[in-house]
Amino acid sequence: MVEFALPKNSRITTGKTWPKPEGATNVRKFQIYRWNPDDGKNPSVDTYFLDMDKCGPMVLDALIKIKNEIDPTLTFRRSCREGICGSCSMNIDGINTLACIYGLDEVKGDVKIYPLPHMPVVKDLIPDLTHFYAQHASIMPWLETKTNRPAKEWRQSIEDRKKLDGLYECVMCASCSTSCPSYWWNSDRYLGPAALLHAYRWIIDSRDEATGERLDELEDPFKLYRCHTIMNCTKTCPKGLNPAKAIAEIKKMLIERHV
Amino acid sequence: MRFLTDRKRAVGRGAAGSGAEHHWYMIVSAVGLAVIVPIFIYIFGSTLGGSYEEVVATFSRPVPAILTALVLIFGMQHFSKGAQMMIEDYTRKSTRKILIISVIILSYGLTAFGLFALAKLAL
Repeated sequence: MVEFALPKNSRITTGKTWPKPEGATNVRKFQIYRWNPDDGKNPSVDTYFLDMDKCGPMVLDALIKIKNEIDPTLTFRRSCREGICGSCSMNIDGINTLACIYGLDEVKGDVKIYPLPHMPVVKDLIPDLTHFYAQHASIMPWLETKTNRPAKEWRQSIEDRKKLDGLYECVMCASCSTSCPSYWWNSDRYLGPAALLHAYRWIIDSRDEATGERLDELEDPFKLYRCHTIMNCTKTCPKGLNPAKAIAEIKKMLIERHV
Repeated sequence: MRFLTDRKRAVGRGAAGSGAEHHWYMIVSAVGLAVIVPIFIYIFGSTLGGSYEEVVATFSRPVPAILTALVLIFGMQHFSKGAQMMIEDYTRKSTRKILIISVIILSYGLTAFGLFALAKLAL
């Protein structure tokens, strides 16, 4: 059932305000969501101040600086710091994106950072993506073939390979799925934009021989048809991909099987 | 506590094998209604303020009568399927089932009442 208010133990309180850096002239305020499962307290928003003259240009740079120099308990995922691993996805200034490729100059005013919305939180800025990954696994994200393995390689024309552009680049950061209201309300059954984009990537792969089975698995009022073309996924994707178009293409293919 | 694996939770009971027809019906009926509803509104609007005899005369003619019937049938079916989608989005379990049954009964009921009224006018 849709919930319009946060449960009592999820209501956000005002957290600690850390001191401003001494002697700094170019100071910026960061408000960051904090929650520790071990202390039994409600989540809070801590306030930090950074000297921007001594900070890198990206939001992730600021987070690392806070962790290194102000508050080592601040917890977040990060790895590649160049938009390839998808680890540092979070809600920055109201937008789900990757902290490593989101510039601080893109944020007007104070920088507000929260974990990806509508996901269980493990700690601070880390959402629990277990179900999200299991949904991805359920669409069989690998090449399925029935023909005997060729001696050398599965061949693909340049034109067919081009069809995978705009799909294979997805880094599974979950920014799209967690920006989708349909996914918020029905993530137990709706696969969400990321899993569906990956499903389409394998459906249209000219080498894959399980197209029918893949479409069968998606023909469901909840798995696929909870997408109401809201387009939040496309708007928020930090990689500039278009999951909504991929979903529309799957719907089109399913209709073409009937009509 | 249920000791289900993550994969089992994600797969659930598998695909229902339906949904495409519902989606296709909504597209086709939306296109059809986009054509006939403005014409119906024009016909309905032209009878506003007229006498009882004038209204009866208008809806006794084949085109307005058939068009009104089409609007009633396809409009209500479109409403029913659209409302079902909305109910599925926002509700769960028994509430979902009761509301879906109610909206189907309501749409068929309104269609029947409308067709009966139209028949009384047209015939």
